[in-house]
Amino acid sequence: MKTEPTKDHAALAHRFNQDEPRVNWHDETLWFIREKRDRAAFAIPDWELLRETASQIKFHTLSNLSQYLAQFEANAQANGITVHWAADAREHNQIVHSILQQHGVTQMVKSKSMLTEECHLNDYLEQHGIEVIDSDLGERIVQLAKEPPSHIVLPCIHLKKEEIGDIFHMHLGTQAGVADPQILTETARQHLRETFLTRKAALTGVNFAVAETGEFVVCTNEGNADMGAHLADVHIASMGIEKLIPRRADLGVFLRLLTRSATGQPITTYSSHFKMPRPGHELHLVLVDNGRSVQLGREDFRNSLKCIRCGACMNTCPVYRRSGGHSYQSAVAGPIGSILAPNLDMKKHADLPFASTLCGSCSNVCPVKIDIHNQLYKWRQVIVREGYADPKKTVGMKAMNLVLSSPKTFTLSGKAGRWFMKTVPFLVSNKMNPWYKHREMPQPPKESFGEWYRKNRKPHE
Amino acid sequence: MSSRDQILTAVAQNQPPLTPLPEVPTFQLEAPDLVEKFSQVAVGIGSRVFRVKGYEEVQEILFHDFKANHRIISRVPELSSFADATLLEDRNRHQLANVDLAIVEAHFGVAENGACWVTEEVLGLRVVPFICQHLAILLPKDRLVPLMHDAYASIGSAEYGYGVFIAGPSKTADIEQSLVLGAHGPRTLTVFLMGQ
Repeated sequence: MKTEPTKDHAALAHRFNQDEPRVNWHDETLWFIREKRDRAAFAIPDWELLRETASQIKFHTLSNLSQYLAQFEANAQANGITVHWAADAREHNQIVHSILQQHGVTQMVKSKSMLTEECHLNDYLEQHGIEVIDSDLGERIVQLAKEPPSHIVLPCIHLKKEEIGDIFHMHLGTQAGVADPQILTETARQHLRETFLTRKAALTGVNFAVAETGEFVVCTNEGNADMGAHLADVHIASMGIEKLIPRRADLGVFLRLLTRSATGQPITTYSSHFKMPRPGHELHLVLVDNGRSVQLGREDFRNSLKCIRCGACMNTCPVYRRSGGHSYQSAVAGPIGSILAPNLDMKKHADLPFASTLCGSCSNVCPVKIDIHNQLYKWRQVIVREGYADPKKTVGMKAMNLVLSSPKTFTLSGKAGRWFMKTVPFLVSNKMNPWYKHREMPQPPKESFGEWYRKNRKPHE
Repeated sequence: MSSRDQILTAVAQNQPPLTPLPEVPTFQLEAPDLVEKFSQVAVGIGSRVFRVKGYEEVQEILFHDFKANHRIISRVPELSSFADATLLEDRNRHQLANVDLAIVEAHFGVAENGACWVTEEVLGLRVVPFICQHLAILLPKDRLVPLMHDAYASIGSAEYGYGVFIAGPSKTADIEQSLVLGAHGPRTLTVFLMGQ
């Protein structure tokens, strides 16, 4: 894992921006997906009603979550599913490991699950001598490159096809210089087919779980979740407790929204409903809390638990598009990741709520109407109050507070500022001043508005 | 206290006051012709769609691409002259890796997204529509519903061990957003809309 906890989002974004053509390419690729999302959404006249319905269903579910969890557990068990509960990432990893141990499994195939990224399951299992192969093409690519995914829907969106060609040449034996997506995908297909056919255990994520029926739904385009689950003897599914919805009919609402928001497709190729284990085999489901119940108690931030992981907020975000997913150093990057991560570790992720222009585009495209930009703004206040803010920012804010709270200092500093900028501009226009980065300092005015007003006001006013 | 009880207690303590569960509103599809809409969307997501009168036409069309030496499986009795159903048992599931074509019947199709609903019961084995190189779905054309809401109304409280909406061939755009058909599952999907 390439994690550099000493660098914050701004520093990593700065590094990402060193290669301008690449940033432009990244930016345009993601905007292209945002445009596809728009075309899909605009084709549905009732889109806004769908979003509102989805939002209300999700919020209702959160308001009754303990009952729905108990109901789901009972129904899933009645269907023959073994249900496990994990309070945190560590317990989740232990549960998965113990299931594998019981079956003497040392190799597992895994389809996309951001929860297992959040829990660092692969690292944990590898430390315990279990090999994990990610089967989603994008995830397999970043796994071979020894990188985390940079996007929850498009894990290797930061890589160019030539780089992927190099990775395949090194690990899968393709010819050097081959970068045709068709050939690379075919190579991965052959390599992973062998994996699917030989693994005894498969792990999948969960997109939705239905309380009234005890079933869960997994959505993929590649068919990799199903290939893994149906060929293995043991299927383990990991889900965050917020993935519940009350009724089967609610799936109609969410499956219409999910993929249109994610990639602009009308639906994923496969929407698989797992209700019972395959006859004669085991199906395990791990319900994971890992901080979600804490977030549920934060009135300002509980709304973030409505998220269905479509990634639309990332594709539209001007900061994400120009800083790349790795700059967030969190399993879920982008705007939604920036309101989820501080709940998990406020100190470590204190930089993320500041990685935003607060333009609100994320909230506008969110299919379940999470007020993402408001929450980013509110997190900033919490982080400063708790003392986790960047000291440079705190000093600046304190200085500003000093200047703005007294008319005398305000007038005096205005004068001093204008004099400095006019007489010795290099003292402000240099790299020591963070405001100067990417900005020209303005031409200093001759006088302040206050000075002009005293000179020009007419006596009777 | 077990993790289960610990989680349920924490959730119960922290969940906000109960808000109402909304009824799902009635949504309408603007396109009046379901066959037309389904065909248009299905082709748009990479499926081939044929309107056929009966099984003979299905065979005729499939035989353009598949010959007697291809491995073809199906549980549809009308296709038993050229499609095999004998290996559809769980212990044989890995042996399906070299199936060229699988033909399955769908319960119904959804016009708005070109998806077909199939369950374990009609598949025989869950892995069938994924492991085959090519997939064909038979769908009576009077079993099209407009929207996903209608789809779930049709499913109702049906019992199944496993069910899946299939919309198009397996695909990926993970490499620079270039669409490639045939990721891990079938490289092509052919839908036969059956009926006079």
